[in-house]
Amino acid sequence: MSDHARASSDGLAVDHHFENADQQYQSAKLGMWIFLATEILFFGGLFVAYAVYRANHPEVFVFGHQFLDKNLGALNTVILICSSLTAAWAVRAAQLRQIGMLKLMILLTMLFAFGFMGVKAVEYNGKWKHGLLWAGQYDPHAEDHGEISHDVVGEEFPEDAHVEVVSEETVVEASPAQLAADADRSAIAPAAEGPAGLAAPGSAAAEEAGVEIEPANAQTFFSIYFLMTGLHGIHVLGGIGAFVWLLLCARRGYFDSGHFTRVDMVALYWHLVDLIWIYLFLLLYLI
Amino acid sequence: MAEAISAPGGDAPVDHTLSDDNYLTHGKGILSWLFTLDHKRIGVMYLVAILSSFFLGGVFAMFIRTELWTPGQTIMTADTYNKMFTLHGAVMIFLFIIPGIPATLGNFVLPLMLGAKDVALPRLNLASFWLWLTGATVAVASIVIGAVDTGWTFYTPYSTSTTTAVTAMTLGAFILGFSSIFTGLNFIVTIHKMRPEGMTWFRMPLFLWGIYSTAIIQVLATPVLGITLLLLVAERTLGVGIFDPALGGDPVLYQHFFWFYSHPAVYIMILPAMAIMSELISVFSGKHIFGYKFIAWSSIAIALLSFLVWGHHMFTSGQSGLMNMIFSALTFSVAIPSAVKVFNWLATMYKGSIRLAAPMLYALSFLFLFAIGGLTGLFLGSLSTDIHLHDTYFVVAHFHYVMFGGTVIAFLGGIHYWWPKMFGRMYSERWAQVSAFLIFVGFNLTFFTQFVMGSHGMPRRYYNYLERFTAYHQASTVGSFVLALGFFIMAGYLLHSLVGGEKAPANPWGGATLEWETTSPPAYYNFKHEMQAGDPYDLDALQWDPQIKGYVRKDPRSVLLSTGEAS
Repeated sequence: MSDHARASSDGLAVDHHFENADQQYQSAKLGMWIFLATEILFFGGLFVAYAVYRANHPEVFVFGHQFLDKNLGALNTVILICSSLTAAWAVRAAQLRQIGMLKLMILLTMLFAFGFMGVKAVEYNGKWKHGLLWAGQYDPHAEDHGEISHDVVGEEFPEDAHVEVVSEETVVEASPAQLAADADRSAIAPAAEGPAGLAAPGSAAAEEAGVEIEPANAQTFFSIYFLMTGLHGIHVLGGIGAFVWLLLCARRGYFDSGHFTRVDMVALYWHLVDLIWIYLFLLLYLI
Repeated sequence: MAEAISAPGGDAPVDHTLSDDNYLTHGKGILSWLFTLDHKRIGVMYLVAILSSFFLGGVFAMFIRTELWTPGQTIMTADTYNKMFTLHGAVMIFLFIIPGIPATLGNFVLPLMLGAKDVALPRLNLASFWLWLTGATVAVASIVIGAVDTGWTFYTPYSTSTTTAVTAMTLGAFILGFSSIFTGLNFIVTIHKMRPEGMTWFRMPLFLWGIYSTAIIQVLATPVLGITLLLLVAERTLGVGIFDPALGGDPVLYQHFFWFYSHPAVYIMILPAMAIMSELISVFSGKHIFGYKFIAWSSIAIALLSFLVWGHHMFTSGQSGLMNMIFSALTFSVAIPSAVKVFNWLATMYKGSIRLAAPMLYALSFLFLFAIGGLTGLFLGSLSTDIHLHDTYFVVAHFHYVMFGGTVIAFLGGIHYWWPKMFGRMYSERWAQVSAFLIFVGFNLTFFTQFVMGSHGMPRRYYNYLERFTAYHQASTVGSFVLALGFFIMAGYLLHSLVGGEKAPANPWGGATLEWETTSPPAYYNFKHEMQAGDPYDLDALQWDPQIKGYVRKDPRSVLLSTGEAS
């Protein structure tokens, strides 16, 4: 009992402070699940930001999401789901001590992960070219005609988009609160329709004419898009790092004795990264 | 059962003298500390680091109080003053009081109370400490780069437009947040998976219930602070505009995000203090804790309710009236589990044989100060009075009564209670009483005056003030110097005890929890035998032994697991 690590009855190394291998495994597993809960809350802040802005400015999201490529998004979804399969398979292989299969599955998962990042890079690059970036860098323009999005409802992005952006002055004039004397402002009830810019003047007419007019604050969509997919991308990179570590462990022969905890934990993390993407795909690309 | 045990070197399962081979002497050199996986050493390192932060935050506080001696400029400019109160808040909150009790006493005591050798995830524990060091370094570096002047809440849009080092400070807090998450995660896993034979959930010491509830909040709330601060950093570096009205963002959303963490965070601060209280009150009243299950459940209730009240920080930020009413009502509901605890502690003391040792003096101070702090919270939770009291010194006084009068006082009680266990030495009881008295008097002088000022309309964070507040401010400043004197005396006798203190027995106070069943200081592996837990408040199982000047079990074998050394 006084040694740092010792072998349990089934030959697995157990850290000195655990009774047996099962207690050690269960502790790691509970710890990982709690960590995943923290991850969900970490992303939760962004999902709340999405929900708040979507509720307050639905037209911004309806407008913005047309510039995302549904096909590339769907491709990435398929890629990640496949990678979850291979990650789960890797766990199974580790449990059965099929080291060759384990290495293959880890490699395949990494391949999918790189594929995902590759597709993401293509998408980011397209946004970058057209200045469809987060608020501070938002500068929409269409240098390459017809390449803004494969999916824009049959329209090209107007070259002089800036002209059509509802100017701030228009908004100011439209707001009764701004017209009132300073002292009276508090007496004015908030507008039933929410903050100015929600319904861009003339947008109804434009819609009838089939012309897409950029609503005010369209940049908010791209801020949220880049924040959510960016944070997710960082998690994918973290996952790739974890799979490299697993591969090194496998090469060292760490899994030969039937240890599968590490593979199990990384796979759990990977499934969460996959799951979050599925939500991102739905919320950003599809609706 | 008894036959199976053969303790080497005598009959007594607990060695009552200061053992030469203990966790303090187990390895030599600074690296054996910095890279240790031993929860006790990590706890001690945290104690040093966190008390250093407390000192730093205290220095800022003294500067603030000195500046406020007179209206207008006394010792510093208005800009410097803004930086001082921001740094005082940020250092005290993020570096000291949030990690405070769990990281120091929690780390040290929790595995011992479980009769375990370590926390479940020792490497994560060390990683958490290193994250704390990294975060603290980044945060303190921000003082050099350009001390933040936003207030510790970093409210937008000022925090996204000021030129001071908000990015560094918030990145520091972001990293410190992960340190806190990992500590909490570790404690949840440890309590779930490593309880000893006989310790069912409702036979856990109440300290563990408090730490467990704290850990739930740490794990569920801190990630939201993480993403909030990350958004703030992205706002400043990239201009994502989520909180910037000029770019279509909403600054009040920042307040919601911030308080969704930071309100539960005040329960991260107070729950471990309540956890210590339950131990102190029972042991120093010589009585079984009253209403065990109510105290345990009230910790969980506070943890859950803490997530539902953040909106009371925004009564004046333009929330709808309905939301204000709901948040106000939920805020009041927190008073119920808090009062349940206080009443149970009082009932525990009732007809007990109370010993006024230093830890108990702090426990009594806590009861008095926390009651004032808690009850004044009701004024702030009421919508109409809050309009008057919002952003006045009343809020400052309320916060300090709960956080200082509550958390810090209980922390001090806990340090005095477990000090002999941690370092194997007794401190001077007489000086401890002097210091406890000075701190109590100094604290009340400092902050009770602020209640009066605040209710008369003195706004918080102001550099200047009207002539008629001078007397209050000066009384408050005098109080703060008395408080500082109390702390210097404490530092003196605690440090002196390390070299000149009497050797501590294994159980100097008569506590029945498992940490008192090992030597003081504990051996590297904590316990010689595998332990089993009984009732943690069965104080009658112990008796005073005048020879070793400590308490011993009437039946020493009642806490040993028969299979202990069989393997």
